[in-house]
Amino acid sequence: MSSYLYYPGCSMEGSGRSYRESLQGICEPLGITLEELNDWNCCGATEYVSLSTTPAYAMIARNLAIAAGEKKAGESLVAACSACYLNLAKADHYMGAQPALNARVNDALGAGGLHYDPGTVKVRHLLEVILNDVGLEAVKAAVKKPLTGLKVAPYLGCMVPRPDVDGAYTNHEQPNDLDRLLRALGADVVDYPLKTECCGGHMTQVAPKVGLELIRRLVAEAERREAVMMVTVCPMCQINIDAYQGEMNAMFHTHHKMPIVFFTQLMGVAFGLEPKRVGVGREYTNASKTLAKALKAAPELALAAAGAAPAAHRPRPDKRALPMPRMADSEVEE
Amino acid sequence: MIVAQVSPPEAADAGARLLAEVNSKTAGVSRLEMCIQCGSCGGSCPSASAMDHTPRGLFALIRAGERDEVLRSNTPWMCLSCYHCVVRCPQEIEITDVMYAIKVIAEKEHTYPNNVGPDFAGVFIGQAKRFGRSWEIGLTARHYLRHYIPRLPGMTPMAFGLFRHGRIGILPHQIHGKKQLQAILRRADELERAR
Repeated sequence: MSSYLYYPGCSMEGSGRSYRESLQGICEPLGITLEELNDWNCCGATEYVSLSTTPAYAMIARNLAIAAGEKKAGESLVAACSACYLNLAKADHYMGAQPALNARVNDALGAGGLHYDPGTVKVRHLLEVILNDVGLEAVKAAVKKPLTGLKVAPYLGCMVPRPDVDGAYTNHEQPNDLDRLLRALGADVVDYPLKTECCGGHMTQVAPKVGLELIRRLVAEAERREAVMMVTVCPMCQINIDAYQGEMNAMFHTHHKMPIVFFTQLMGVAFGLEPKRVGVGREYTNASKTLAKALKAAPELALAAAGAAPAAHRPRPDKRALPMPRMADSEVEE
Repeated sequence: MIVAQVSPPEAADAGARLLAEVNSKTAGVSRLEMCIQCGSCGGSCPSASAMDHTPRGLFALIRAGERDEVLRSNTPWMCLSCYHCVVRCPQEIEITDVMYAIKVIAEKEHTYPNNVGPDFAGVFIGQAKRFGRSWEIGLTARHYLRHYIPRLPGMTPMAFGLFRHGRIGILPHQIHGKKQLQAILRRADELERAR
């Protein structure tokens, strides 16, 4: 059992509740334990940095200071929300790179009896932990109900692959991390070129026309690619695409009905947990029916796939067409 | 030989001063002086069409010392923090952080083009300071009542949905170390003002 310190972030307590529920469900099958950071506070999202620099970083650093005191040797701090992850990682990074900022932030922390030495806490995103520490083989081994035939659009969003202060990503625009994970669950992952485009963030609140247009692009593209649901790693992306889809449809006179769920929810379902237990059904655009239909059809599809000749390549649609290169699943790596 | 002077020396001075001011408010190293005006930022920006100046244009204005125009621009307020420009910038300029820095200055001097963005940030952070956590329902309710009355009818089913699906609590979560957090932030505010 590897253990981690865990920073949930405010959304997980409210609108991102299904993320929390599903994450709690999958820890055991994955063999990880998450210990919630004691008395953590809000990371300030993208709002505090827009108001005042030192206080914004001091607010984030309080969490880092608590984590430094609580962590056992080798433990890293895991965040599931993309914005929380980025804020924590960025604060640690900038405090290390900018002695003046570090001095001011630590002076402020001192007023609360805290101190933080940059570099003490390693901040990581949940997806990266599952891919690198748990590994895809272990994920595959935990799958009891493969999601065969479930066509999903992997939507990673911005703040995990970018700006990538730790240099963990070689591809900042088309990484296939989420694709590989979802494929390990047996899902049929569609090619989704907008996977790291922005959901609009707080624009639904401060400039709705801008925000709703970004949501429209994402949903329309997922539909065009014949995905039946989108899968995200971020509570902000989830609520924007889920809760504002109705307003978006009204604005653009469209009729999209694209459910969006957290990747942890699909993991939970694939691991054999009841969809309800992992928060499926809390969406506005309900994913329950789509998921139930796929799960019902999955065993037959899996059987058919196993019985069929193991063709590495799809037959060419037209004899005259040029052969297009196709990577075998095992080759699709970063 | 007469060399054409593009801008008078005063403008260059004003530009250098404004650049220094923006840099001083940037959390990391902005590298803004390295801008080669290639426009990769504007071309990568999903909200560029809503901006009055593209990021490239805004950086040119900074260099020209056009302080008023820069601080009145809606560009930083339209920034989504998606970091697309940051990973594409050939000069590795921390564009998102520069946008934050300009917002910080504009916020202080009340030169923002409209108050929806600053107000949202202010209320969000006011609640986060008070409780130690953000308070989704309090923030959204106040924000919509203040700025988006016409959007309310459309939003009501959404609010009901949030309650029905158990995705929102009425009361804010509060941390134990509120006093500690507030002491830290008071000191941080003093330090920020003294800069």
